[in-house]
Amino acid sequence: MPEQSPDGGHDLVTALVHDEATNLTPPDAATLTIAAVESGPRRPKRKGIGVGGWLSVAWLALLLVIAVAGVVTGQKIPFLPDPKNDVGGFKLDMFSPGHFLGTDASGQDILSLTVNGTSASMEIGVFSVLIGFTIGGLFGVLSGYFKGRVGAVLGSTTDILLAFPPLVLAISIVTFLGHSVFWVTIALAIVAVPVLARIARAATLSWAEREFVTAARAQGAKHSRVMIKELVPNVLPAMLSIALLSIAVVIVAEAGLAIVGAGVAKTTITWGGIIDSGRTEIDTAPHIVLIPSFIIFLTVMALNYLGDALRAKFDVREGAL
Amino acid sequence: MRTAFFKLVRLVVVIFVVTFLSFSMLKLQEVATGATIIDRIAPFASQAKKAELTQSLNLNDPFFVQYGRWLGNAVTGDFGLKYTGTGNNATTGTPVSTIIGKELPVSIELMLYAQFLALLIALPLGIYTAYKNGSVVDKVSNIAMFAMLAMPAFLAGLALQVWAAKNPNLGLPTQYIGVGDFPLTPFTSENFNQMILPTISLAVAQIAVYMRLLRSDMITTLQEDFITTAKAKGIPARRVLLRHAFRPSSLTLLTVAGLNVGALIGGAIIIERIFNLPGIGLELVASILSGQVVETQAIIAIIAVIYVLVNFLVDILYTVLDPRIRHARAIA
Amino acid sequence: MSTRRRRTHIGEERFEPAPLDGPLLDVVDLTTYFDTPRGRARAVDGVTFSLERGRTLGVVGESGSGKTVLARSIMGLLPKKNLIRSGTAMFEGHDLVTASSDELRSLWGAQLAMVFQDPMTSLNPVMKIGNQLTEVLRQHLDITKDYSKELALALLESVGIPEAKRRLGEYPHQMSGGMRQRIVIALAIACGPKLLFADEPTTALDVTVQSQILDLLQEQQRERFMAMILVTHDLGVVAGRADEIAVMYAGRIVEKAPTRTLFSSVRHPYTEALLRSIPKLAQPSHTRLAAIGGRPPDIINPPSGCKFSPRCPYAQDRCRAEEPPLMDAADPGHAFRCWIPVGTPENRAALEANRAAGLASAVAMAAV
Repeated sequence: MPEQSPDGGHDLVTALVHDEATNLTPPDAATLTIAAVESGPRRPKRKGIGVGGWLSVAWLALLLVIAVAGVVTGQKIPFLPDPKNDVGGFKLDMFSPGHFLGTDASGQDILSLTVNGTSASMEIGVFSVLIGFTIGGLFGVLSGYFKGRVGAVLGSTTDILLAFPPLVLAISIVTFLGHSVFWVTIALAIVAVPVLARIARAATLSWAEREFVTAARAQGAKHSRVMIKELVPNVLPAMLSIALLSIAVVIVAEAGLAIVGAGVAKTTITWGGIIDSGRTEIDTAPHIVLIPSFIIFLTVMALNYLGDALRAKFDVREGAL
Repeated sequence: MRTAFFKLVRLVVVIFVVTFLSFSMLKLQEVATGATIIDRIAPFASQAKKAELTQSLNLNDPFFVQYGRWLGNAVTGDFGLKYTGTGNNATTGTPVSTIIGKELPVSIELMLYAQFLALLIALPLGIYTAYKNGSVVDKVSNIAMFAMLAMPAFLAGLALQVWAAKNPNLGLPTQYIGVGDFPLTPFTSENFNQMILPTISLAVAQIAVYMRLLRSDMITTLQEDFITTAKAKGIPARRVLLRHAFRPSSLTLLTVAGLNVGALIGGAIIIERIFNLPGIGLELVASILSGQVVETQAIIAIIAVIYVLVNFLVDILYTVLDPRIRHARAIA
Repeated sequence: MSTRRRRTHIGEERFEPAPLDGPLLDVVDLTTYFDTPRGRARAVDGVTFSLERGRTLGVVGESGSGKTVLARSIMGLLPKKNLIRSGTAMFEGHDLVTASSDELRSLWGAQLAMVFQDPMTSLNPVMKIGNQLTEVLRQHLDITKDYSKELALALLESVGIPEAKRRLGEYPHQMSGGMRQRIVIALAIACGPKLLFADEPTTALDVTVQSQILDLLQEQQRERFMAMILVTHDLGVVAGRADEIAVMYAGRIVEKAPTRTLFSSVRHPYTEALLRSIPKLAQPSHTRLAAIGGRPPDIINPPSGCKFSPRCPYAQDRCRAEEPPLMDAADPGHAFRCWIPVGTPENRAALEANRAAGLASAVAMAAV
């Protein structure tokens, strides 16, 4: 099994899929997307992240600004057509006067809906990954570092958690606990934890074998110190690119949840919510569905690109030493 | 053989845990929301009816007993009822097993179609672009794959729906508007019409994933010494690619595709919803939304068990395919 | 064996039939450069030699001397990207440097073959040994499947694999390193090539096995009247087994001679240093190993003049300024590339002068 990939950087995938002499882990949409992006062509080690990288950063920064504005103004960002303005224009097409992107079935302006929805969608994306990262990362590093009993137990727990179809889990949590930004975030975080734990574990395993860890231990460093000072600084950059990719997956998942009716309640605007509301009008007013979809598509592309570029940048392989 | 035994044990344990978890999730919901199971199933029934229902479902028994009974029933195929009656007829309904029997095949068929399409495109493309690494074709396809990756299944589904709506002369239904049973027989125009758009939607993202994995592994393998040996034996390029390079490179792909088989059965929920396909995913969503707790329980458990079983099978398949692992295990 | 026929490939008719006189391989001024981000690496920088049928040429040099690149360049196995070659390598009427892929492919395995260094990585790990053998047999010979299996079995036995029948169905990882290398050899000689390249065939093996493998190569070569080019960094390997030795340094041949002549009347300082660095049984224990000081030359920006001059204990100004051409020595078949060759009075004088001037390599010579 090729371990050293001079071109495709999917060692994490290889590690994931063949962990511990083929103790297989079921991947899900998240892992698969990550796998695919990771196995893409390596960017040559240029100094920067390229034009695409900076475009992506610009886009994401824009989204961030809008999101913060949305949170601060309670999703009523000024200078936009009032989202709740049913001026009598139902299902207006794009480029109608006063409503550049048209309106939805109840007359709400699509542009302002989409812009305002940024805050909720981004919140869900960022925070669920943050939580999942922290908890999952912790779990993963611990289970990767402590081989033997502890590691095996932690590893098995993760496996069992992963055995559960993730979408079903998320749907159940939201349905039973509540259709709010909070619960959707929690639901997706819970789904993310085992996946991120697995990835963190694989990354830790590949680093923990290295000699500098043994050297640190030989100098009498405690486990916690070794983990914090030696492993985490090395695992973190790799996980960073995974984090970006995960945010993309979560944003898509939020929309997916909305479509199946397990999304955020319509009192809060999210991209998924707009898409869902437009599904009934798809024959006559497809722009309701297509515009937020396109925004999601752009965002996912930007996140994938950045995640890929960061991975290539931070990937100091043995070859460089 | 020892390891095979351990794997089997592990499988059984996981199945138990997973079914237990799904069973308890519903109970948990009771605790969290305060609404009992009966309240959800038959919200408008009289108190007397509710009591009767509670009794018949043995809901007053201790938790583990309930689980045991449920498990026992499940093994014989009895998953309880989907309650369709209202008011005082609330105790009647259709057996869940019948429902599952009709809808699970739809999901399985969708999954098979999507996998087939995805592999059909991804395999040759992956091999070819690995071989012609760096060429124009390779670069173009990489960009295309990158975009396809960013396109999650439901986006593709929605886009296809819009396109079908705008081109009614193609005769592709934007949704399944079902009467009677879903046309499951492949190669019929009915089946094709209903399945083509959902299949493409599901396949789009998979193509990118598979193709990239294969390409990456092939490129690495092609740099190995034994490929040079094969070349130096005078073996033509096509044979070297297919007979020598492909097999060792296909393992990750196969594993991921195999695991996808399990994942797609429960994971096509969104596509089923978009296209209104009467699959198991859609049924699950409907049951959750309408509070059909018994049915929900059963479907979750079944999806989870299938998932786990498929993973197990892929694991076994893996050892069959890579003789090195096979022998390493035998020694271990 | 008489049922074998050479399979005709499409277009083989247009290739000329092999001439029966003249050397088997005639390399004239072969260069092989790689374009790297740091510049043009001159891995092989003008190599000329010829090889007769059935003879063995040993190519010796440090890593970076260009010996492996030379072998692969002649075979045509180098990836085309950023590759620049010139010169000719005539083999049986084909110029290997300009030959097309199809032409090369018809020659590989059938006329030209290579044994690689690491038997673990040069065998396909997921393919049975038997299949790997029958594959090459059926590629070049027009024989039935069953017959190819018989041939494969015979091949395994002829390279000394015990329980050959069982081995046919096994995988490479089930065998020891020595056995794997035997199989690699079997693969290479399967279709009876006229020329075999052996690129460090024993470097990856245990010392105890090395001699067996070398013996096997020699035996096969004699039986099949096969020419062989044995590439190695170890003079000891070629000492008893090559008819002729070419010593390479910085992409060029610096000395070329029949084996006995090379050992008895060495001319080039580098060759002398190589000979000196072989530990000898007659030396008292704890004798310091005579390593060659300095580092291998940079093939992207090579030093001016003689490439060995920075490390040479005899180097004088002329050496550093002007690169010596390949000159013939008095003995037949012996050529070298040095202004002040070993064994001449000028050479001794140069050494004294350098020693007096404190040149490190010259001073070290006295110590040994």
